[in-house]
Amino acid sequence: MSSTADKVIEVICEKLSVTADQCLPEAKFIDDLGADSLDTVELVMELEEQFNVTIPDEVSENILTVGDAIKFVEENA
Amino acid sequence: MELKRIVITGTGVISPVGNTTQDFWSGLLSGKSGLDTIKGFDTEGHRCTIAGEVTDFDPTQYMEPAAAKKIDRFCQFAIAASNEAVEEAGLKDSSIPAERIGVLIGSGIGGLATLEEEVEKLVTKGPRRVSPMLIPKMIGDMSSGIVSIHHGFKGPNFTAVSACASSTHSIGEAFWILQRGDADVIVTGGAEAAITPVGMAGFASMRAMSTRNDDPQGASRPFDKDRDGFVMGEGAGILVMETLESAEARGANIIAEFIGYGATADANHITSPADDGSGAAAAITMAMKHAKIDPSEVSYINAHGTSTPMNDKFETRAIKSVFGDNAPNIPISSTKSMTGHGLGTAGAWETIVCALAVKNDKIPPTMNYTTPDPECDLDYVPNKSREVSVDIALNINLGFGGHNATGLVRKFK
Repeated sequence: MSSTADKVIEVICEKLSVTADQCLPEAKFIDDLGADSLDTVELVMELEEQFNVTIPDEVSENILTVGDAIKFVEENA
Repeated sequence: MELKRIVITGTGVISPVGNTTQDFWSGLLSGKSGLDTIKGFDTEGHRCTIAGEVTDFDPTQYMEPAAAKKIDRFCQFAIAASNEAVEEAGLKDSSIPAERIGVLIGSGIGGLATLEEEVEKLVTKGPRRVSPMLIPKMIGDMSSGIVSIHHGFKGPNFTAVSACASSTHSIGEAFWILQRGDADVIVTGGAEAAITPVGMAGFASMRAMSTRNDDPQGASRPFDKDRDGFVMGEGAGILVMETLESAEARGANIIAEFIGYGATADANHITSPADDGSGAAAAITMAMKHAKIDPSEVSYINAHGTSTPMNDKFETRAIKSVFGDNAPNIPISSTKSMTGHGLGTAGAWETIVCALAVKNDKIPPTMNYTTPDPECDLDYVPNKSREVSVDIALNINLGFGGHNATGLVRKFK
């Protein structure tokens, strides 16, 4: 796994109070990692902050899994 | 209207003096001060650098770490104190339906630390960086909301906001919710955590706080001639209030009976109390009317006693105007001399003190009382706790905005 992926997972673990081994690529933030809608907004903001990217609302609405987040950051950061 | 008997069946405390009811109470009886130099932030440039901070507090002892991260410190205090009160009252194992248990926890300020952090983000990083958790962490009603979520209580739920009288109003309104039958139990009290840079600067700019920075433990000196302002405290106080019928039906331990509540306004000034104490006096009289007691029956007063020059003088006038020639015979103490001023949680701590005073026939002292003030010439139980029969105790709290709230607690018989 890339170092970017590791760093994304680190952010997810910190924001959602989960462990790295829970962060499988297909894990859904809300259904699998116990997040609520406010958590997912905060998570996206933290990714923007950490990777210095802007994630438009229409894009962030489709970042639903760990894999989605890694893919977006890898392609845009 | 024939009133129901309402009793207190559990208490919980997080405070500068101790983080359980027992530590709080034994600390107060021994004259222990919870006040010190502020450790929570750099006070460089601040006019007042002392406060009563809660120490040895690990929120994850009381709730899941993920839950603790999502709420402001004042709500962490509320949950911690509610755990103790709910446990003591035996509510967890009771068969009382969740819909019959309400929550009404006051806060004067709300999540000030959260607001400060997010304003800084707004200014330095722009509006898109402001957390979606700002509003739910900040709003003052979240203490009641989060405690209901934590314990699953589904009865009436809101928050009274009346500055330093917030928890006294909460307790009093809880009494009336129980009277009107909308719940059998209310988890009530207050929670506050405003020892933050903006909170301290704001109160200091009002010249409301003591600047005796080199003597933190001697700085809160209610009714003493050399008092120069209040010292801020933080924490939570929670009481489980319940109809006697409910408490007896489940064999609950009863600490004391809550018999009356009064609430009035000064209609005078945004921060200064009325100089004749008339608004506070009317609130005392109202509570006694509901309790159907005579002024001569009051055996202890836990005063608002903030240690500001004005409050203590005008509150003394209020007490004299209600109790007349008998006023000098009633022991009065201000536990703020040890806890500091808990703002929206002050009334909850002090109602708990009243309940424990009538239960144990002990009165905690007013510490740091060394020089009598001719304008404050009553019995303030100076510097040493007292063992004396206490049947009925009166609690007084007065808030910016001119809010006056009082409560009466009686030994349970």
